Amino acid sequence: MEWTTLFDIALGAILINNFILVQFLGICPFMGVSKKMDTAVGMGFAVIFVMGLASALCYPVNRLLENLDLKYMQTVAFILVIAALVQFVEMFLKKSMPALYEALGVYLPLITTNCAVLGVVLLNVQNNHNFIQSVVYGITGGAGFLLAIVLFASIRERLEFSEPPRAFKGFPIALVTAGLMALSFMGFQGLQIPW
Amino acid sequence: MNFGKQLKEGLLTQNPVLVQLLGMCSTLAITTTVANGIGMGLSVTIILTLSNIFISLLRRIIPEQVRIAAYIVVIAGFVTMVDLLLQAFFPDIAESLGVFIPLIVVNCIILARAESFASKNKPLAAAWDGICQGLGYTVILLVMSAIRELLGSGTLNGVEIFPADYAAQMLALPVGGFLTLGVLIALMQWAQSKSGKGGK
Repeated sequence: MEWTTLFDIALGAILINNFILVQFLGICPFMGVSKKMDTAVGMGFAVIFVMGLASALCYPVNRLLENLDLKYMQTVAFILVIAALVQFVEMFLKKSMPALYEALGVYLPLITTNCAVLGVVLLNVQNNHNFIQSVVYGITGGAGFLLAIVLFASIRERLEFSEPPRAFKGFPIALVTAGLMALSFMGFQGLQIPW
Repeated sequence: MNFGKQLKEGLLTQNPVLVQLLGMCSTLAITTTVANGIGMGLSVTIILTLSNIFISLLRRIIPEQVRIAAYIVVIAGFVTMVDLLLQAFFPDIAESLGVFIPLIVVNCIILARAESFASKNKPLAAAWDGICQGLGYTVILLVMSAIRELLGSGTLNGVEIFPADYAAQMLALPVGGFLTLGVLIALMQWAQSKSGKGGK
């Protein structure tokens, strides 16, 4: 029982309701960091990590707010938790895994303002996910982000060598590409688990 | 301080969406109907103006090292206010914008203006900057949502223009958001290259 719901959530987050291409969460890093493959992969894994942790941390915070009857403080509380979390992850990586820290560079602090992270936390509350479901949704949502950004980066590396009309050069053609990717992801819309 | 110049920058030359390429998520996600576009645009304009004034007033008090965190708390406070007001007075719009209202907190436009303008200028100039940039954002949302609603479902602000059977429903879906914005930015680049040549 429990496993099938979890699988359902995972499938939904990665393919059917992909965070970037269907729900439009996290477009800024998707566009900004997808010029090179290796930075895209680094960003993707950093986002998985932070989204999973943020989902886990914000679940008890939300329960606390509900018990104190402070539900309207959700947005402020969540963004503070996320900002603090990113700061701690940054300090931890700097000390213990300097190589990874170097690789992620400026992208790590940028995750604070990635709407996918705040989005996943808010969606967890909206969909009444329990603790395990929240963490699974966070991690698989990040995996969906990784999938989309890796696909997009590999297309964009080739775009560099193509010749679009001058007005479309750079950002516009990238947006059109993302649009076509969104179109192909619509093919997953009707996907359902048979049990 | 130059009011006219700031207005022109917000609407055209430094338009937050088309030129600075900020605030993509909300621009793409909620521009399916004109009502959504107006609601979102005005909410962001109000929050941007208020947070600009507030941050400009506090610019000498906030310590350099924690300024980003301080800005986010200020912005989150105003976003919560607007969120509650919308839920109380415009429940329909609040319902259809859904999770994107609280997500205004991480809308890069607001943080970018706080960092690059409000923290360096007087409150009055910062307020005007907020209004101009917010208007620039609202106009783009209006244009995009009008295009997507008209071509995607044949209506304009809920009024039927032509039967929905003839509409290209694709434009109302996520694909349409990417394509419309791509074409709009391409138009902007084209216009810039034209006017650049004219200047020479």
